Amino acid sequence: MSDFKQSAQTAESSGPVLDIQGLSIRLPPGGDRELAVTNASMTLMPGQTLCVVGESGSGKSMIANAVMGLLPVPKVAPVAGRIMFDGQDLLSLNEEQMRTLRGRRIGMVFQEPMTALNPLMRIGDQLGEVIDSHVDLPSDEKRKRIIAALTDVGLPDPELLIEAYPFRLSGGQRQRVMIACALLLEPRLLIADEPTTALDVTTQAQILVLIKELQQRRGTAVLFITHDFGVVSEIADYVVVMQTGVAVESGPAAEVLQNPQHPYTRKLIAAIPGGQLRKPNAAPDAHYVLQVQDLCKTYRSGGTLFRKGREVQAARNVSFELRRGETLGVVGESGSGKTSVGRCLVGLAPFDSGRIVFNGRNLAQGEQFRRAAAGKIQMVFQDPYASLNPRHRIGAAIAAGPIAQGVSREIAMARTAELLGLVGLGADAADRFPHEFSGGQRQRIAIARALAMEPELLVADEPVSALDVSVQAQVLELFGDVRKRFGLAMVFITHDLRVAGEMCDYIAVMQRGSVVEYGPTHEVLTNPQNPYTRQLIDAVPRLSRKPEPEVAA
Amino acid sequence: MTIKNGFWRRFCRNKGAVIGLAVLVIAALVAILGPWLAPNDPWDMVERPFLAPMGGPGMLLGTDTLGRDILSGVIHGTRVSLLIGLISTVVSLLIGVSLGAMSGYFGGWIDAALMRFTELFQAIPSFALAIVLVAVFEPSLGSIIAAISLVSWPPVARLVRGEFLTLRQRDFVAAALLAGQSTPRIILTQILPNAISPIIVMGSLMIASAILLESSLSFLGLGDPNAMSWGYMVGSARTVLLQAWWMAVFPGLAIVLTVLAFNLVGEGLNDGLNARADGRTK
Amino acid sequence: MKRLQFMSIRVLQGIAALLVIATINFMLIRAAPGDPVSVMAGEAGASDPQFVAQLRAQFGLDQPLGTQLMNYLGHVVQLDLGFSYRQQQPVLDLILDRLPATLLLTGSAFALSILLGVVLGAYAARRAGTWVDSLTTVVALVFYATPLYWLALMAVLLFSIKLGWLPAFGYITVGSGMTGFALAMDIAAHLVLPAVTLALFYMAVYARMTRASMLEVAQMDFVKTARAKGVRPGRIQRAHILRNALLPVITLAGIQAGGMIGGAVLTETVFAWPGIGRLMFDALLQRDYNLLLGCFLVTAAMAVLFNLITDLAYTLVDPRIEL
Repeated sequence: MSDFKQSAQTAESSGPVLDIQGLSIRLPPGGDRELAVTNASMTLMPGQTLCVVGESGSGKSMIANAVMGLLPVPKVAPVAGRIMFDGQDLLSLNEEQMRTLRGRRIGMVFQEPMTALNPLMRIGDQLGEVIDSHVDLPSDEKRKRIIAALTDVGLPDPELLIEAYPFRLSGGQRQRVMIACALLLEPRLLIADEPTTALDVTTQAQILVLIKELQQRRGTAVLFITHDFGVVSEIADYVVVMQTGVAVESGPAAEVLQNPQHPYTRKLIAAIPGGQLRKPNAAPDAHYVLQVQDLCKTYRSGGTLFRKGREVQAARNVSFELRRGETLGVVGESGSGKTSVGRCLVGLAPFDSGRIVFNGRNLAQGEQFRRAAAGKIQMVFQDPYASLNPRHRIGAAIAAGPIAQGVSREIAMARTAELLGLVGLGADAADRFPHEFSGGQRQRIAIARALAMEPELLVADEPVSALDVSVQAQVLELFGDVRKRFGLAMVFITHDLRVAGEMCDYIAVMQRGSVVEYGPTHEVLTNPQNPYTRQLIDAVPRLSRKPEPEVAA
Repeated sequence: MTIKNGFWRRFCRNKGAVIGLAVLVIAALVAILGPWLAPNDPWDMVERPFLAPMGGPGMLLGTDTLGRDILSGVIHGTRVSLLIGLISTVVSLLIGVSLGAMSGYFGGWIDAALMRFTELFQAIPSFALAIVLVAVFEPSLGSIIAAISLVSWPPVARLVRGEFLTLRQRDFVAAALLAGQSTPRIILTQILPNAISPIIVMGSLMIASAILLESSLSFLGLGDPNAMSWGYMVGSARTVLLQAWWMAVFPGLAIVLTVLAFNLVGEGLNDGLNARADGRTK
Repeated sequence: MKRLQFMSIRVLQGIAALLVIATINFMLIRAAPGDPVSVMAGEAGASDPQFVAQLRAQFGLDQPLGTQLMNYLGHVVQLDLGFSYRQQQPVLDLILDRLPATLLLTGSAFALSILLGVVLGAYAARRAGTWVDSLTTVVALVFYATPLYWLALMAVLLFSIKLGWLPAFGYITVGSGMTGFALAMDIAAHLVLPAVTLALFYMAVYARMTRASMLEVAQMDFVKTARAKGVRPGRIQRAHILRNALLPVITLAGIQAGGMIGGAVLTETVFAWPGIGRLMFDALLQRDYNLLLGCFLVTAAMAVLFNLITDLAYTLVDPRIEL
């Protein structure tokens, strides 16, 4: 271990590890702009963490790829500037020279852990090839280092893990393996491109802690790409804010967060949900729209003649109720069962036992459920790019629901035009196809489609998770407007406690199929009873180390 | 409108596909105008046998073992091949799309049963089955088309099943269910339009295979006895290859050109119908 | 899933498939025009009343259909595939006599086509977008469009008749009385043209699939990870891209196996290779249906066998099906 440290130290100067000067990256012709990144500059000192923050399309990932030399040249290529790494301009190096730096002096971790590892290669070999590509080590020495690396990132039973294949590991575990690969040869610089975005909140917290620890122990400089200001506040020393390829603000993290200068930075920080908690209505409507009692659902898979299948209990005795005008937040991480409960509520999935009572009527199973509900229970889905049929025009998509329920064509089209206006899109949008709209606009269309059925209960399944922060805020606002206007009862399914805190009157926290905590929002969030809830709350990247946020007046 | 223009632009970018399309247009014209284009009836013995190409007036491609005009034979064969290729493909598609759609949409035991059935069919060597079917039921246009259709539908069914399985899970289908649309409506208006592209591409490739299959059957003597087909012409020239190479070469070239054209057009259709987000088509 | 369990299921499925095919044979005999017994007797046998009476007694046409089916399947399971009157031999003997030749031909063509196809496809993928790539695509497409029997005829015309490099017909040089190594070389020389012809057609499919698969895999995230780790380009091609790209090729091989065995009929006919395909052709000419259906069953059995081999290969490559 010591020879790596020594060579690193001798090369170490008091100057910056990474100094990007006036970098510009071009896009292929026909894109939405000519340059992905325009004249970006930033500096990273040894042992520091620099966060590059921006929404999708801001060019932040491009910068990371440019440093590693992984841009898809020649279509996307740097056209100006220098990337100085320890005194060398990376842009002037050829491919073989870059290759010797990658993995050895610069390590990188990517966003999506589930596809980042070769599915046909053992974990030990995937780590081993990092060593083999750069130095010659005897195999027992190699094995020792690999085991040490796996232990360092907090993975249990490294001797067994070495022989295992990636399909055995969860997302969080695979990300740890990636980090082990990146840090194995003790590089000077670690680039992390949104490494926690695809992970659960609690796992994200653990990975952030891990990166921080490893950095402090080894003195690695970290370039961290993210879209989440909460993450910035947890780990960054310095921050650079990117907007459509331009670095609009930069400086020490504490300063930028407390005192943002640029209007875009201010907008981003303001758009983060959870600033104000919702207080329940003082005079609730007496009528219960929805009552769920002891809902149970089990998934069985993979049973054959030779082997019993696996059973997963997605919902265990889930109970809650909802009045007109109220919003219930169902919060949980992946595998908590919240999505299954959502699908049962709208009748898209059968449940095994329990009751779902809608407006006093006990809804039967399957086909009859939806027919009995007569379209009065509607859903807004998570992925705006998959929830609209790409072959149908928007107007037809929205009107299809009422028409299927027997409403005449003229009335349906009129309602469509009215709803499109309500959600902030012009009536001429009706003739266009989904691919002509952005993610946020498509979500508005999805809301309009749901509203066209004049529902009494709206179930929203992670409706803003796939959207940029600034767009999220707008869509959440739309939900609020719609709720007030139509007096809807809403079930809001989300993994983001901040969103739940802002939108919901009541929160039900789900863990592995069971509701572990259920109550009014401000109570659950300020005084959680269950340890899991407390864990979730602590894991949320907080904007600043302030005490609990205020309750809305 | 924009979707159509994009399709042609991407299609034409594939030079092979454009050439293939040109060849197919010519082939279609030859097939339609056949009887008027051909100088002779292909079954008539018009000259002395074993005449080499250009060996006599109007005998561009020579004559066969019985003195029949090969050029006319090739022209008439176009009609037979295209006809059988198209009809058997349409029938195959009808069977395959129906079974695949039901399998993919309903899932459960319907899917399991249909899949076992399809796998069984695929386990049987298709050419051998076609031979057996045509032999047992006596060669005729009908039996050939039936045999080709019966052995060609499994890949379509699998493709359609796969597409339907994926599309069935899409949120816009869920939204249609919540809106109360009926099952046939969902299958026809929501899912099928999104699945049609790979089906079209597969269709053109299937026509190519059907033509090859028909010609192989005719080569073995299992062709329609009333149809002068390319395969039959090559088959009857098999034993006299040494003396008369042209009897086998020209009909064979016709097959190669036509099948190649369908394959190239299939590639072009694939490029044209599946535009990738990043503009790459390969 | 345990490999043994997986393979056992596949073997059972294979046996079930063969039983179903035997049943199809049974139904075809019934469905053919004419009296089932005369169909089974064949054109030649139908003229011998004694033979026909013997068959009638054996297969008892007066019994209910279900019993007849059981009767028939019983015979099949005991490997009694009937008697060929024309050739005056039991069908099974005729088939077993020819089986080794066909296995040799299809086995070598199968291996050759996959090998050539993968190498060519990988090569084209490495040089994607260049003229080499376009050339290999065109060559593959042309071979894919060429009818197998025509390719065989052209090969005979060129390599045997015009150039005289390789023998055109048969299995061995007749009457030469060679043994041992010399015999093996003689067979090999005769094997070249038929095996290569059969392989060329299917090679095209594997080449295109390998190329497409490699290009697709090259875009995947784990390849980017490998580059970020500084892995050498050669190793990335082999251990990351090629290894993952081969999975769909193996699956394709299983599907193509049936096609290749069917193609053997054409190849053996043109090259007069004494295999089951040739036997099938003779049975066609002689209207010897019993023999024809027997050949059909055996070709199906071969296809099932090839499928099992590719399944086994798949389990060896993909660790998600583990020991």
